[in-house]
Amino acid sequence: MEFVRKWVQVIIGFLTNSSWAFPFTKTIYQGPLKVICAPGLNCYSCPASTTYCPLGSIQQLLGGLRFALENGQHYFGLSVLGSIGVLGGLFGRLICGWACPFGFIQEILHKIPSRKFGIPRMLSYGKYMFLLLFVVVLPLVLIDEFGTGHPWFCKFVCPAGTLEAGLPMLLLQPNLRNTIGLLFLNKFVILILFLTWAVFSSRPFCRTACPLGAFYALFSKVRLIKLHLDEAKCTNCKACHHVCPMGVKFNESPDDPECITCLACMNKACKFDAISLEIGGIPLAVPDRGLTPASKP
Amino acid sequence: MSQTTREPRKKRPLRKAPFVVIPSFLLLWLIGVATGEPARVLEQAMQVCLSCIGIG
Repeated sequence: MEFVRKWVQVIIGFLTNSSWAFPFTKTIYQGPLKVICAPGLNCYSCPASTTYCPLGSIQQLLGGLRFALENGQHYFGLSVLGSIGVLGGLFGRLICGWACPFGFIQEILHKIPSRKFGIPRMLSYGKYMFLLLFVVVLPLVLIDEFGTGHPWFCKFVCPAGTLEAGLPMLLLQPNLRNTIGLLFLNKFVILILFLTWAVFSSRPFCRTACPLGAFYALFSKVRLIKLHLDEAKCTNCKACHHVCPMGVKFNESPDDPECITCLACMNKACKFDAISLEIGGIPLAVPDRGLTPASKP
Repeated sequence: MSQTTREPRKKRPLRKAPFVVIPSFLLLWLIGVATGEPARVLEQAMQVCLSCIGIG
């Protein structure tokens, strides 16, 4: 299943970044497909991107809300919120595990042999702060002399934007290199920090700072597709704790907001079929070894 | 050789929450579409956002 997940990550990564004319056009894709919402964190200023980033769009719409309202346009970001809300209701953070290019990059980096470290659970609350403050409040409240807010998360934090858009655009358009300043330096340092951290800890950005992951995490209890724990079959052996890339103790917290439904606990750890994938309460067909706690070896 | 016993699958109740949440957000999306928001989103997405990518 891990092999399938890797392929799904690659395919979705290519589908959301399938415009490969940029070496010739020297700019980003500007076609109509950009009306489609990217499920994961994928900067729409990436030269190959064929979809829009929900985080970038919502910040831009909120930042321009005053201006839009003055012109009789009611752009509250409802289409963007609706898109990611439907995705969240269907999949929740399964998207982080299966469809986010930046999550995939961090997984690849984590395969580099090194000493591995956990991430304190307390840091996972940081992403909710970024969602509330940098994506919603600051773009909406802090406005410049023209009455527009700024995309605070994209502008000051987003390492995916620096990696997927900032660096490629600097390579494609040499004249942009003259405009490099503290803003870019700050974002470049953040990118290096998270990429380095990803070597030593599993998915540090997803766990501590990703506002999109925080949004999808809000659906952990109500999403359609999720993992189910059969408490009657669970022996509390804690095998699921050791394989989880997000540090989830699945048998203690089956609806954990950090669960990205990578299925590692179900396929690699649990020998007793206590974990299964379900759709709206209906279990999907999973290999059932038929073991009950009484008959466990 | 360990002896195993096969348990009949217990029928779980259908979870209703996703069927409330998903249509609610679908409705939000439709309202957004009705106000012409996707055209604005497309307009933004077609421009290189220099401040977004840390340049300029």
